[in-house]
Amino acid sequence: MSPDEEETVPAVRAENLYKIFGKRSDRALKMLSEGASTDEAKALGVTPAVVDVSFDVEPGEIFVVMGLSGSGKSTLIRMLNGLLEPTGGHVEIDGQDITSLRPKELRAVRQRKISMVFQHFALFPHRTVLDNAAYGLETQGVDAAERREKATRALSMVGLEGWETNLPEQLSGGMQQRVGLARALAAETEIMLMDEAFSALDPLIRRDMQTQLLELQSQLGKTIVFITHDLNEAMRLGDRIAVMRSGRIVQIGTAEEILNDPANDYVAQFVQDVDRTRVLTATSVMEQPLAIVPTSAGPRAALRTMRENQAGAAFVLDRERQLVGAVRGDPVAEAVRKGEDKLDGLIEEDLATVTPDTAVADLFAPAAESPLPLAVVDERHRLLGVIPRVTLLAALGNVSGGDSSTDHLSPEIVQESAAGSEADGADEVPGDSTGDEGKESADVDS
Amino acid sequence: MSTPDAVLASSQWINDTFPFFNEIGKTLAGWFSWIKIGAWFESLVNWMTANLDPFFTFVSDVLGWCVDSLTAVFLWLPALVFALILALLGWAVRGLRFGVFTLLALALVVQMGQWKDAMSTLALVIVASVIAVIVAIPVGIAAARSSRVSSVVKPILDFMQTLPAFVYLIPAIFFFSVGSVPGVVATVVFSLPPGVRLTELGIRQVDKEMVEAGEAFGAPPAKILTRIQFPLALPTIMAGINQVIMLSLSMVVIAGMVGAGGLGGVVYQAISNLDVASGFEGGLAVVILAVYLDRLTASLGNRSPVARARKAAAKA
Repeated sequence: MSPDEEETVPAVRAENLYKIFGKRSDRALKMLSEGASTDEAKALGVTPAVVDVSFDVEPGEIFVVMGLSGSGKSTLIRMLNGLLEPTGGHVEIDGQDITSLRPKELRAVRQRKISMVFQHFALFPHRTVLDNAAYGLETQGVDAAERREKATRALSMVGLEGWETNLPEQLSGGMQQRVGLARALAAETEIMLMDEAFSALDPLIRRDMQTQLLELQSQLGKTIVFITHDLNEAMRLGDRIAVMRSGRIVQIGTAEEILNDPANDYVAQFVQDVDRTRVLTATSVMEQPLAIVPTSAGPRAALRTMRENQAGAAFVLDRERQLVGAVRGDPVAEAVRKGEDKLDGLIEEDLATVTPDTAVADLFAPAAESPLPLAVVDERHRLLGVIPRVTLLAALGNVSGGDSSTDHLSPEIVQESAAGSEADGADEVPGDSTGDEGKESADVDS
Repeated sequence: MSTPDAVLASSQWINDTFPFFNEIGKTLAGWFSWIKIGAWFESLVNWMTANLDPFFTFVSDVLGWCVDSLTAVFLWLPALVFALILALLGWAVRGLRFGVFTLLALALVVQMGQWKDAMSTLALVIVASVIAVIVAIPVGIAAARSSRVSSVVKPILDFMQTLPAFVYLIPAIFFFSVGSVPGVVATVVFSLPPGVRLTELGIRQVDKEMVEAGEAFGAPPAKILTRIQFPLALPTIMAGINQVIMLSLSMVVIAGMVGAGGLGGVVYQAISNLDVASGFEGGLAVVILAVYLDRLTASLGNRSPVARARKAAAKA
């Protein structure tokens, strides 16, 4: 995206959106827009599902809307493609206000600009996998041969080649949702709406699907609005996350912003269980590399650098600051004794390196295996920072214990979130898919 | 038993002790004596007979022609040849066993000398069922799409199903005179409701998310109906059609009373003459037709689009 944001039209824009169910919705809308609370509006016998929601989704962004059941997120996503008509406010798609469109024009927008992936897949049981994937193309009026070709390509993108002639019922849940994803991809719309798309899947398959979605997204660069009740999923997928509660958006921000600076107690309560090692990246824990030597340096200089920085080893960089390898204290001291003046032959080139956006959770294995601090390098192999094992452990203690703001939560919030979990069964508990890792980090904390 | 006496006595006591209940009843009856439902209905029927005659004549001609031609077609081939064709149809749709059963059962009908009447009954049932289905499916779809239509249609259907058939047979004779046509009309009225109800149910039962998927990809409502809702509702709709045919057959005897002839006529005459033998033979022929049509249409119902797709996928 270009830095001059004013030039780009948001792919999706919601402007003061309201959706109120019930007979006296107009009066409730007036009350709410004049600042009344949702409870006051409910006294009219209406259900305010979405209240004064505004946001912009930039092209190529994954925008996650997260909230418990009943927070209005499903209603919200259905207003973005006009399946539900807003009680108040506007939805713009590529700058076009779709709230005032006639049914036929609205259908054209859905065909060309927005596709959707559903929680329970919503595949047609009487159509083959291929015909399901081609459905969006069919409504666009694409001819049969092209439909076939594009749908086949979309299916192979999601790893389902060879399943074209099967029926959806012959596929597992995860595979069925891949068909749902392929149906949305085949339509070749810029915007994809995903309504709890992975919530009906097992945690392991859910992770696979998330990974696959991120991979596809890095190739295709769609604009995705993703609805979920799972905070870990939100943190993993979302470029930005909107946290919803009782129809309102309580905070919009990146995963790290929401973790480190929750807008209120509700958000803080939500994020307290999140597995931060999956959200925070190498960048946020790495340290300045101090013990570094140029390739041209001799053993004596290398030894001095190590002593100055009290390090047992030093990283060797070439002129472009690209990582060549590392030298260790003992062999270097040996070389100094022998009076050698080159580091050649002493440099260990087989180093464990990680990229800046590696999740902290994925640093443990390489850190355990590597005797040296982990080197964080960019795509041109330039050294950005280092992560000594001690730093990693310290960071782990920090990330799981640093949030004390949740200790003084009001009982009302705790109650509400408990009620929300009950309503939707066990998998509604924030941070459930974290599983054991979440518990481990909590143990370290205590 | 003495209970009825006790009830009578207590009823007498209530009337004597609280005379004003009866007084109120009489007063109300006086006030509303201008309401004469029966007389109004009668004058409506008279008005229709007098003024809509061209319409009724037209309907009568068309329906009469349909039933007569269809009967003629069925009787055009020798009885056993046509029975063999029906048996082959049964084989193709359901299986060999059903085909053999059909052949034997229809041969029995021929042997009992009921073949001609059976075929005219079959023609009447088919014409009535086709009309009922043609009316029922669109009405059912409309009712599924609009709760308002549904709330209007429901009491009408209740009315059609519960009003004793004879009550509308009399005006039907006024309109269409005796013969097969009033029989067809009475049969349609009686057999229509399950067609409507099951069509509505079937379409309403289609997963909401699937309809949403159609909408979300920009399919127009007509396409959503024909490509998603209708195919997925088809098993339920077919069950409705099956019910329509079964109810049509159950009206055969009543149709026979208004001169529709066929097996109904046979049974009706047997009842009038206390002819047990002929009555049983006619009745048995009705049962054979009923079983044949029921099994045949039930099998068609099993061939839902999903089931068909399953078969196709198994082959591929």
